[in-house]
Amino acid sequence: MGGYFSDIFYGSKSLLIGMGITFREFFKPTVTVQYPYQTLKMSARFRGHIELIADKEGKPKCVVCGMCERACPSGCITLGSISIEIEVDGKIKKKKVLSKYDLDFTKCSLCGQCVENCNFGALEFSKEYNLASTRKEDFHFNLLKRLEERNT
Amino acid sequence: MSAPIQLRPDETFLLNVGPQHPATHGVLRVKMQMDGEYIVKAETVLGYVHRMHEKMGENRTYAQYLPNLSRLDYLGALGYTHGHVLAIERAAGIEVPERAEYIRAITVELNRVASHLFWFGAFVMDLGGFSPLMYAIQDREHILDMLEAVTGARLTYCYYRFGGLYNDVDDDFIEAAKRFIPRMRKSLKKYDALVSGNIIFQKRLEGIAPVSAEMCRKYGATGPVARGSGINFDVRKNEPYSVYPEFDFDVPVYHECDSLARYKVRMDEMEQSLRIIEQGLETLPDGPIMAEKKPKNIKLPVGDYYQAVETARGSFGIRIVSDGDKNAYRLKLRSPTYSNMHLFDEACEGMLIMDALAFMGSLDLVIPEIDR
Amino acid sequence: MSLTLLNVIVAVVIAIAFAAVNAAYLVWAERRGAARIQRRPGPNINGPFGLLQPPLDGIKLMTKQLMIPGGADKILFMVAPVLAMAPAIMSFVTIPFSEGIAAHNMELGVLVIFAFASMGAMAILFAGWGSRNKYSVMASVRAVSQNVSYEIPMLITAITVVMTTGSMDLKEISMAQSGGFWHWNIFPSLQSPLMPISFIIFFICSLAETNRAPFDLGEAESELVAGFHTEYGSMGFGLFFMGEYANIVIGASLTTILFLGGWDCPFGMFPGVWWFLLKIYLLIATFIWIRWTFPRTTIYGLLNLSWKILIPISLFNLLLTAGLLKVF
Repeated sequence: MGGYFSDIFYGSKSLLIGMGITFREFFKPTVTVQYPYQTLKMSARFRGHIELIADKEGKPKCVVCGMCERACPSGCITLGSISIEIEVDGKIKKKKVLSKYDLDFTKCSLCGQCVENCNFGALEFSKEYNLASTRKEDFHFNLLKRLEERNT
Repeated sequence: MSAPIQLRPDETFLLNVGPQHPATHGVLRVKMQMDGEYIVKAETVLGYVHRMHEKMGENRTYAQYLPNLSRLDYLGALGYTHGHVLAIERAAGIEVPERAEYIRAITVELNRVASHLFWFGAFVMDLGGFSPLMYAIQDREHILDMLEAVTGARLTYCYYRFGGLYNDVDDDFIEAAKRFIPRMRKSLKKYDALVSGNIIFQKRLEGIAPVSAEMCRKYGATGPVARGSGINFDVRKNEPYSVYPEFDFDVPVYHECDSLARYKVRMDEMEQSLRIIEQGLETLPDGPIMAEKKPKNIKLPVGDYYQAVETARGSFGIRIVSDGDKNAYRLKLRSPTYSNMHLFDEACEGMLIMDALAFMGSLDLVIPEIDR
Repeated sequence: MSLTLLNVIVAVVIAIAFAAVNAAYLVWAERRGAARIQRRPGPNINGPFGLLQPPLDGIKLMTKQLMIPGGADKILFMVAPVLAMAPAIMSFVTIPFSEGIAAHNMELGVLVIFAFASMGAMAILFAGWGSRNKYSVMASVRAVSQNVSYEIPMLITAITVVMTTGSMDLKEISMAQSGGFWHWNIFPSLQSPLMPISFIIFFICSLAETNRAPFDLGEAESELVAGFHTEYGSMGFGLFFMGEYANIVIGASLTTILFLGGWDCPFGMFPGVWWFLLKIYLLIATFIWIRWTFPRTTIYGLLNLSWKILIPISLFNLLLTAGLLKVF
């Protein structure tokens, strides 16, 4: 019988303690960010999709070695190159130049293996996270074109 | 307490819980043979999110397989990656700098706290209380912010590399982590008062769903589920790896075997994880974060390798059979929830459906990790 | 005679309007309150403080198609939401908001409200049975057993109050408590020293009667999906929702009249309808506060609470009051 009443007593007490906690929380300020109206600054190391880095002339630093393509676990990078002839010290040399850098973002898992495997520092992560579309094609990024758009 | 009842197997109906159901937290399906509100027989049906992670491990190089490990358990991803890198490092004989191991331990424990916090919120939500989930998410958000600043991602970290880390932690992270610990301890007190002490909560879990130690061994259950049944087994203590032997922490074990015991184990584990983080931050050595001697393309010598780690959900094992190539001949993942979940079929017989779903919550199931 | 009929019609229209506005804005208040407890802002986009949210929700519900699941019992399925809403509105007719504001004062007001309240269980049973959904049937059976077991302690405590007042007329019960808070029934008196406990019992029972958390076993969204209204969409769901909130208002009003002195001012000044509204909204705020604090009880925990704690204590209180009434 004593257990019966003490059960009721301690039970009610625990309920009141709980209500006290939610009562105090009620008067504390809100902690949420009102997303479309307020945004957070992405941290410096945030791994978005990749972007090409331009050299001083605005051309991509990429030398088309294909390390990123091979490192990618999902096979979402496709490279293309053309050979052009340039004059270095009076001699005509053949050089491979990047003509296509396609990122299939639908397959990308944002692991960052491509950036890590790049020996020429030609890739970086973008800070973009507002990636939404109703069409699949919108996620096939042409990184060369994006680089040109950024340059202008 | 549920009273012993006489089930009538001839007057039953089939209830399909899931694959889309608020209590299953993912696409798990449970076929329940019901007698009124009592479960006569339950059968868990898997395979809705199977993504062939093990097969992928045979087709990708070891480095390419790294991001997959984060996709097993999206709540405690770092622990799984830890197992993978440890296995490869041991097999390939790579020396890991001490600083890297310390940072690994700190981040894994932070991730464990985050995972337990989310479990705590979701579990109380399974029982019908919604506010604790929001409080838990608030605290978890601090951890995710810290981990994002270091690793670059909030859930699928992919932070560890063979021989070290992707990048070093900065002073901001250490400061934030040091600030976080007392705040988290305060929050744990709040949860104790709001949830653990609550009479409704206690009455719902006390004595519900007893899982004996024998049953845990039969099904291979590990982690908090086994520790709630009185089995003192923690991979960090029993098969020490990484720098865990250098930390002073306890393994909470409860002998009640009920849902409340499993709950208490996880709540105590959060405190123990905070202790590890605290010690790790104090004794964090300086030095490199990447092994100096590391092959460019990792090829494991022919052999059979196994590494177990203690993740938030239990003992996670990775077995790699190598034929000397740059990808594994066979890769097997032993995921803890897969074993823990199979308790459910046997343990919930004769239980009320609401107790069974609370029991399911106390097992802390993460479905993508079961299906892999 | 015709004047009385007109009176009744006006009263019913006002009651419907009051119930609908209350239901709509209590949803808003609940969402804002819950959000504040969880440290987020809640609905705040539509209008100032999100005040336009309820009408917009209403429009959304009304423009949706009412789906009837194949194989469902059509008549029961259609009748159930109406049956959930109608008795709740009918109860408003006999509630006196102040000395002058009462649609129709009845001598048996307490009984009328209890009679209407017990019809709510029928609506839940119809909805669950008519939906042809296993979750709904389980939920409705739970809700009915819950309603039946909580009506008993609720009635016993109401009888205790009726005994001390000597009337079943809600207006008279309220008038008997006028003249300052020390006259209210919630405070122990010589005849009935256990009144505060009675108040708590009555309050718990009204939580359970309205299927509110922690007694929301009829909905139990983490177990039974959405309980008895799983299959309802559109205004069918809307009516259940409005019925629930109308029932909350009734429960709070009844508690106010029986225990908190109705429209009486705590200090004997300016009695009127504002005091009544203040009291019921404070009670409703407590309802909301409780809902967002506690987890749900189990069905056996709930029945144990009713049969092993609430009924014995309220019966003891009834006997004690009866005895002391003879003495004093």
